[in-house]
Amino acid sequence: MSGVGIRIEKVDLPGIGFRHDLVTEGGRRISVVSHRDGERDLGVFDDDDPDACRDSIPLNDDEAAALADVLGASVMMSRLTSLSDETAGLYTEQIALPTDSPYLNHPLGATKARTRTHASIVAIVRDGQVIPSPTPADVLRAGDVIVAVGTREGLDGVSNLLAHGPD
Amino acid sequence: MHETTLLLIEVGALLFAMSLLGRVAIRFGISPIPLYLLLGLAFGQGGIVPLEASEEFLATASEIGIILLLALLGLEYTAQELFSSLMTSRRAGIVDAILNALPGAALALLLGWGPVAAVALAGVTWVSSSGVIAKLLRDLGRLSNRETPAVLAVLVMEDLAMAFYLPVLSAIVVGVSLAQGAVAVAVAVGVVALILWVALRHGHVISRLFPADPAEPLLLGVLGLVMLVAGLAQEVSVSAAVGAFLVGIALSGRVAANASAVLTPLRDLFAATFFVFFGLTTDSAALLSMLLPASLLAVVTILTKLVSGAYAARTAGIGTLGQWRAGLVLAPRGEFSIVIAGLAVGAGVEPALAPLATAYVLITILAGTFLSRLPDAAWFRSAVRRRRATPGQPGLSGARP
Repeated sequence: MSGVGIRIEKVDLPGIGFRHDLVTEGGRRISVVSHRDGERDLGVFDDDDPDACRDSIPLNDDEAAALADVLGASVMMSRLTSLSDETAGLYTEQIALPTDSPYLNHPLGATKARTRTHASIVAIVRDGQVIPSPTPADVLRAGDVIVAVGTREGLDGVSNLLAHGPD
Repeated sequence: MHETTLLLIEVGALLFAMSLLGRVAIRFGISPIPLYLLLGLAFGQGGIVPLEASEEFLATASEIGIILLLALLGLEYTAQELFSSLMTSRRAGIVDAILNALPGAALALLLGWGPVAAVALAGVTWVSSSGVIAKLLRDLGRLSNRETPAVLAVLVMEDLAMAFYLPVLSAIVVGVSLAQGAVAVAVAVGVVALILWVALRHGHVISRLFPADPAEPLLLGVLGLVMLVAGLAQEVSVSAAVGAFLVGIALSGRVAANASAVLTPLRDLFAATFFVFFGLTTDSAALLSMLLPASLLAVVTILTKLVSGAYAARTAGIGTLGQWRAGLVLAPRGEFSIVIAGLAVGAGVEPALAPLATAYVLITILAGTFLSRLPDAAWFRSAVRRRRATPGQPGLSGARP
C-alpha cells in the first residue's frame, strides 16, 4: 500500500541549508537541496555511484510549487483509481470532457449527473491540477477530465450525458 | 604630493588591479586568493614597486578584513549545526587534526624554526579553506551529493577548533614563561567556552539586540558589535578573529541572514585587502627559496587530507568514489592558514613562515582546484570501478548496503 515504508531523510548542510532524500522502490535516489536563501535544487542520483548527483536542477518558487502540484495531482489520481480494486461493483472512471459537450462552460450543477445517472463526480482535473469534490457552481472548461465514481451503467450514463446532454 | 592624495592613488590602483585579477580567476574557475597574494608580493617588500603612503591604511584594512572574514564564517553556521557536527563527526575531526597538523609541525622542526613555529605551521597545514571549498562544491554541482555533509562537517569542526587553537597560539607566540602561558591559555579557553555557551543557549537574546530591518542600522550595529568584541577578545589575548567568529555564531535567524547580506560586500573588500597586504609584507625574494619546502609540504598534506577526508566520508557510509571526492576537495588551504601565519609572523616568530605559507596556500589552492575535478573524469571512474570489480582490493569500503 502506498504511504507505508516511504522514508524521507533530512540531512543538515552546515552553512548552506538542508537536503531531503527519497529512495524509491527501484533503488533510485532523488534529493531536494533547500538553500538558506530560499533556492532549491532538485537532484537526481547516479545509477552507478549512489553517492553522486548526476544532475541538479535549480527550481524557483513557482516552478517548485507547480512541480509539487503535478506530482500531488497524479498521486490523487492513482489513489482514486485504486478504489475500484477494493470496492466490488463500484468503479472509477476518468472521462475527458468532449469538445462539443453541451455542458462546456456551464456549471457542473447543470448536468444533474448524480440525479440522472446515480454516479458521483468526485474530482475535476484541469491543467494537471486536481479540483477535489467540485461544487455544483464549478464551471466545466475545455480540456477538463472528469473523475466519476459509480456503477458500470452509471459511469456510461455520465459519459453519455457529458457527450450528448440528457436524451 | 600630499600624503592622502598619494594614498588614494595607490589604493585605487591596487583595487583596480585586484578587480582585473578577480576576473581572470573567475574565467579559469579558481579562487582569487592566490592571485591577490601574488599581487601583494609584486609590490611592497622586495617587490617591483614599494607602496609607502598606503601601508598603514592597508594594515588597518587587513585587520578589519580578518575580523569580517571570521564574523561572516560564524554567521553561516548556527550554533545547532556546530553542536550536531561535533556530535556526529568528532572522530573524523580528530583524525583530520592529527594527520594534517603533524606534517607541518615536523617540517618546522626540521627547518630548525623551534617549537612555537611548529605549532603555527601545524595550524597552517591542518585547516582547509571553508571559503574555497564551499565555492568548489557549488561550482562542481556537488551540494546534493551524499558525501557533501561529511565534507562540510570536517570544515565545521576545523573552524570550531580554530576558536580554541588561535587563542592558544596567540598566547604562546608572545613568548611568555610556561606558567604564565598556561594561565593565558586557560583564560583564553575559558572565555571561548563561555561565549560559545552563551551563543548556544542565549543566542536569540543577542539577536534581539538588533532589529532585522532596516539595513543601515543593522549594518552599523553588527559591524560595531563584531569589532568591539574582537577588540576586547584581543585585549584578553583570545585573538580578535575568534571574538568576531563567536559573535557571528551567536547571531541567528533573520538577523543573521540580513546581517550576512549587508556585510558580505564589506567582507569581500576588506578580506581581499587582507590577502594583498599579507603578500605586501611578505619578502618576495624569500618566496623562491621557500618554493621547494612548500611544494613538499603541499604534496604530503594533500595526501594526508585525502586520507582524512576519505575516512570522514567512509564513516558516513559513502562508497569508494565518494571517498575520493571528499578527500580531494578538502585539499585547498586558504584564509585560516594565512591568518595563522600572519599572527605568528606579526608576533616575531620566524619571518620565513610568511613566504612559506604564501607558497603553500598558492600550491594547495591551484592543485586542489584541479584535483577535485579528477573523480568526475570518465577514466577515473572506470578505474575505480575496475578496482572494485577485483576482489580483495583495499580501498573498497563495502559499508553501503
